[in-house]
Amino acid sequence: MGDASLSLRERLAWGAFGLVLFLGIWTFLSTSGVVPGPFLPSPLEVLNRIIRLMTNPFAGATLPQHLASSVQRYGFGVLLAAAIGVPLGLLMGWFRLLDDIITPIFDGLRFIAPIAWVPFAALWFGTGIGGPVMIIFAGAFPPCLINAYRGARFVEPRLIEAARMLGTGNMRMILEVLLPAATPSIVAGLRVSAGLGWQSLVGAELIVAAAGVGFMMVQAQANVATPTVMAGMLAIGVIGMLIDVLLRQGEGWLRRRRGLEA
Amino acid sequence: MLGRRSWIGVGTIATLLAAWFVLTTMTGIVSPARFPAPGEFWTSLRQISVRGYAGGQLLTHALHSLKLVAMGFMVAILTGVPLGLWMGWSRKAEAAINPVFLIIRPIPPLAWIPLAILWLGLGDAAKIMVIWFSAFVPSVINSFAGVRNIDKPIIEAARMLGTPRWRLVSEVIAPAASPMIFTGLRLSLQAAWTTLVAAELVGALVGIGFILNMAQQDLYPGMILVGMVVVGLLGWATTWLLGLAEKRALSWNMAARD
Repeated sequence: MGDASLSLRERLAWGAFGLVLFLGIWTFLSTSGVVPGPFLPSPLEVLNRIIRLMTNPFAGATLPQHLASSVQRYGFGVLLAAAIGVPLGLLMGWFRLLDDIITPIFDGLRFIAPIAWVPFAALWFGTGIGGPVMIIFAGAFPPCLINAYRGARFVEPRLIEAARMLGTGNMRMILEVLLPAATPSIVAGLRVSAGLGWQSLVGAELIVAAAGVGFMMVQAQANVATPTVMAGMLAIGVIGMLIDVLLRQGEGWLRRRRGLEA
Repeated sequence: MLGRRSWIGVGTIATLLAAWFVLTTMTGIVSPARFPAPGEFWTSLRQISVRGYAGGQLLTHALHSLKLVAMGFMVAILTGVPLGLWMGWSRKAEAAINPVFLIIRPIPPLAWIPLAILWLGLGDAAKIMVIWFSAFVPSVINSFAGVRNIDKPIIEAARMLGTPRWRLVSEVIAPAASPMIFTGLRLSLQAAWTTLVAAELVGALVGIGFILNMAQQDLYPGMILVGMVVVGLLGWATTWLLGLAEKRALSWNMAARD
């Protein structure tokens, strides 16, 4: 490439330089008054606010409580998406007729952004837990379905032929041949789902919810409490990252167990 | 001639439409307060196209949303692709920018909406900012990966022939990375629409998301459905346009890919 590879030391130095520059510009902009104070709190203020939100409630709950209700909804939505999407994807991968029926419907709905379901979600399931769960579901469902389907479709034909020759029925074929063979693809899909679901959750809570981090941020925005908005963004980022790390761990564990990696 | 697959597809859609009619208009099993009947959908569509709804006609709302997505998307391409190319080219730039990216990246673009409204209000600027943000990250990542995946000998050969720097970038690096760049752009476009709809739902004065928002508050299922159909159509149309642009830009590469 443009320059020779860097040693670890150089990488760290450049990395630190980038971070310091970023935080430095941010602090300068907020403390010098270039950007009016209430709109851009300094990094330190945001940190302080996070610490305060740990115990002091804002918009009816503390930050951990808001996070708990967000994570609960999120869990429901993603589990529901996986519980419906993965089996349906496998069935579509095996039964051609089902594939031909579902695919056009799915293609038609694909271009509607998950967040556009918000009004119907609110109308059908209310703004408590049902509405947001439906939005998370809408965001997390497609990758579950697509990856299970692709995984099942691209199973080594020899495996299927061998199983067929031994007289395997449909049910066992799906559970004992397609499912194991499609697992890597399914797990990859779940990771994408988890990310999209988290993103949809934030959107849903910004628009329809009475609790949760997104709700806290909207309330903070209405009160021009910029540090609280930024605290919410950080919390969302950290939880999103944790979810991804956990899923990566799970994926690695699965791969090792199946002997795909040393 | 249509294949078996297409026939079943057509059949499915027809069955669905028929079921829609039977469940709503004919039997009333699905209450019109939950999901509109075909007739209501048509009435809503006519109302918004002719008389207007939520402060404007359908075309006004749709064009406004389209304009915002186009602008945010353009800004994201103009900033994201060069940054990604630069990070791919220079290890130092990568090492310096990556940590900052690692902090910002896990924050979903939608989480920027409240901050954007605080900074820029309910107008167009806030929307363009969040769209820019949502489309920026995939552009950077894929352009970066595109450069890193170029075969080294290609660059070395160009260098050995004494290619000047700007020609190296414009005639070797950018074209070689372009298939990946376009993959990134497709993701960016999707993210841009999602973000726009969300931003308009949170707060706007005009646009498709605003139609949805008003229809939700008015408990007007017919208009909600109109809004959703338009969101889907616009998403589909812009994706199609991008595909066309990709085909033109990458015509030299298509044979190799097929």
